[in-house]
Formats: sequence, structure tokens, C-alpha cells
Amino acid sequence: MERVAIIGASMTQFGQREGEWILDLLAEAGLECLTDAGVDAAEVEHLYVSNMASGEFEGQTGVPNALAHDLDAMPAYTQRVDQTSSSGGAGIYAAWQSVASGASDMTLLVGGEKMTHRTTGEATDVIASLTHPAEYKTGVTLPSFAGLTARHYLERFDAPRESLAKVAVKNHKNGVDNPKAQFQKEIDMETALESPIVADPLRLYDFCPITDGSAALMLCPEEVAQEYTDDYVVISGIDGATDTHVVHERDDPTIMGGVVESGTGAYEMSGYGPDDIDVAELHDMFTILEFLQMEGLGFAEQGEAWQLVEEGYTERDTGELPINTSGGLKSKGHPLGASGVAQGVEIYEQLMGEAGPRQVEADVGLACNVGGFGNCVITTIMEAAR
Amino acid sequence: MTMEAYKYEDGSISYPGHPRGPGGAEPVETIDLSEYTGEVVTWTTSMATPPGVREPNTLAIVEFEIEGETVRAIGQATTDEIETGDEVEPVYVDELREPGAGIREPESQDWDGYRFEPV
Repeated sequence: MERVAIIGASMTQFGQREGEWILDLLAEAGLECLTDAGVDAAEVEHLYVSNMASGEFEGQTGVPNALAHDLDAMPAYTQRVDQTSSSGGAGIYAAWQSVASGASDMTLLVGGEKMTHRTTGEATDVIASLTHPAEYKTGVTLPSFAGLTARHYLERFDAPRESLAKVAVKNHKNGVDNPKAQFQKEIDMETALESPIVADPLRLYDFCPITDGSAALMLCPEEVAQEYTDDYVVISGIDGATDTHVVHERDDPTIMGGVVESGTGAYEMSGYGPDDIDVAELHDMFTILEFLQMEGLGFAEQGEAWQLVEEGYTERDTGELPINTSGGLKSKGHPLGASGVAQGVEIYEQLMGEAGPRQVEADVGLACNVGGFGNCVITTIMEAAR
Repeated sequence: MTMEAYKYEDGSISYPGHPRGPGGAEPVETIDLSEYTGEVVTWTTSMATPPGVREPNTLAIVEFEIEGETVRAIGQATTDEIETGDEVEPVYVDELREPGAGIREPESQDWDGYRFEPV
């Protein structure tokens, strides 16, 4: 099996990209990634596009082939990767498989989503359409699942409501130093705790925004990477897993089985454990998810992640394990298909020493991308090639 | 209309039913949860609802105990005055949300069902 390297990364401005559509966003990130990697489009053998719902949002399907044409990457093999919110992570897994298997010597992965032209209700409905018919007819939304789970977590583990707000405050603070983030604005505890209720007990600042954006990574075998550059990142471990489709059927609502399973697989492949991780990007689509992933990945015991957040363990500049140095989905934004790729971009930049004011000391990084409400999860562990 | 759960050959119960249960167990009978009362495990009131859904929309996850087995279900509540631990019963409603207002094909699924009412 080939050792898989990442030799280039890019990310468009995340936010409201008025007048620009899915093909524009994908092409922008794709072209920038080709330049960053120093690779000609003609050298790309496989082109993967992570995208959840361009057909539903925009009426544009067939985006991988369209992107291949726009980049002049023909005759590259193309494929769309849809795994709802974890489409980006699933794209990293697909791109890794294409290189590790020997099927491709140069794979470009571009993730993107165009969402903000829809109303909040419409966008919420497109996302909620991933639910089972028995769930969908109740009007449940992904934010509602977060409210249901957060109440259970707070009541069961006697965690203070403020601990969730601290996740939002931390990730907004990190986002200030990310010029590509949708929000580059600090918030205080009072703002978070007094913002409008969205899904009781969660409020506006417990949720990520609706976002347009795209991100890309270039993957190739390590021996090919060395023809292009001395500095690159290696994917040391990666795994994906599912949990129940119907959320309430899980034995324990506070354990995300897909996080546990994919994390275990990624740790095993890499030879690393939770204590070896220097920096992590977790899928904070809702603040409660940061706790559940910290626990599922072994950074904290069940029911105790909130204590680590309160102690400052996950702070960027002073904490032992900086989490969401990019600002996370919370402040960076969450263009569905792009988010998992953008997590990979942040870990890549941290390991390459290219994160600017967000830079932390890191040799090994982890990204965890969650689809649905923990329905599908990809965990990726990367390390700097030294 | 029933609130149909499946019982599998290993004794476990799920709502909704699936072609295979835990460990690949096959379904052996159906159970109508609307004949039972259950306990609220958790709840939320959603203030930002999709097209065709009432606003606000209070939802609860309810646990039923049937012959020594537990089974959970999600549903709308009939009231915003609900607490964890409340005993509730399912009551029939002919339209839980407006078919066709959202993205889901109206003919692809049922739209009637049950709401949970405190006993």
C-alpha cells in the first residue's frame, strides 16, 4: 500500500458569496490548489468532488465532470462524494484510497457547497431531508437533535450551560485570525448566553452559520510528492464509520459510535493514540458536538469534556490540545461538502508551519468530520514529513 | 394508523421497524406503541423550523418499556410544558407537517402520526 502525501491545499473565502455558484466556487479552490501544489491540471489522474446537495440547492448536477472541464483536467476520472455533512472527510478517504491503492498517482479533491441563496428554513429542510421518514414527519431538524442531546448531556453529567457557550467563545476567538472565516469577530459569554433560542437549551451562538465556500487538497504517493517538494504532510491514519440512521435508536445518546469507531481505526492505522495528537479540528456544527467528539476520540472521559473546556485545555495559545484553531465550523462557516476538506486544509497548514497567527506547535494533527447527527464519521490523522 | 414498532427474534424492539434488527435478527411481530405510555428522556423546543412545520415545534424522545424491553421514539409534544421524566401517551394527529411544503416527495411517506401528551 502506498504511503499517501498531501502536497497542496487551498480554501476560498467562506461566507455569503453572492453571485457565485457551485461551479465558480469549486473552480476557484481547484485552481488555487493546483498552483499551491505546483501541479499541472493534465497531471491529475483522479478528481473527487465532495458535495452534499448541489442538485437540491441549485439545480446543478454533474459537478465533477463540469469541474474537470473548467480546470482542463480531462481525461481525469471524476466522482462525486456525498456523505451529507461529512462529504469532505469522505472525499479525503476516497482520495486516499485512490492513491493508496495505486489507482492514481495524482488526485485532486475539491469540496464545496453553495447554500446562502436559500432561506434558513429551506436550507435547514435540505439538510433535514437526510432523516428517516419517521423522523422527518415530526419536523425534526439537525439543530433539534443538538437541542435534544445537549439537554440530556447537561442533565445527566451535571454540566453547566455556560460550558457550551465557552466552546462558541473559543472558536469565535480563533476565527478572528482566519481571514477566510465567515465570522472574524470575538463574542463574549453574555452574547452567547443571551442570544435567541434556536433549539432549547441551545441558542444562536451554539450553531454554525449557513455558508458558501470551497476547499481543496492535492494527494499523491509519497515518492511522487518528493519529486515536487521537500515539505509535505502524510496521512498516517484514516477510517470512516456509520452509526444508526435513526438517531433515537442509539443505546446511549451521548456516545457517537461513528466517532469512536472511525477514531479507533485511524489511531490503529497511524500507531498514534489520543495523547499523541497536538492539534485537532472537530466538527462543531453545534457546540455540544465538540464535547461528544472529544469524548469519542479519547481526549476526555465520557461526561467530562466540558471540564477540560472550562479549564482551558482546548485553547489555541495556552491549552494542551488546541481544538479548532481555524475557528471551527462555528466561526469559519459550514459549506457542507467543503467543511471536511477545510478541516484537512487547517491541519495541513498547521503541520507545514503555514498557519500564521493561528500557528501552534504540532507534529501530529487530527480531523473529525461528522455527517448527519453522527450518522457517518471520518477521522483522519496527519503528520508532517520530516 | 398505529405507531408501529417491530419486535425481532432476539426480543429487541425498534421504532421505526427495519428489515433486520440487532445482530441481524429478523422481525417477528409488530407492536403498537400508541397503546402504551412512556417516559420523556429529553426534549427541545425548536424555534427555527423548516417550511410546513409548526413553529415553535416541541419535540421529545420518549422511552417505552414493554415486557422488559425498552424502545425509544421521537415525536412532537402536544404542549411546550414538558419536562424530562414526564409520563406521556401518544395521541393521534392526522397531519404532523404539511406534505409538499418541504423538499420530501409527498407521496413517499406518511404524514399523520402521534404526538406525546403528558398523562
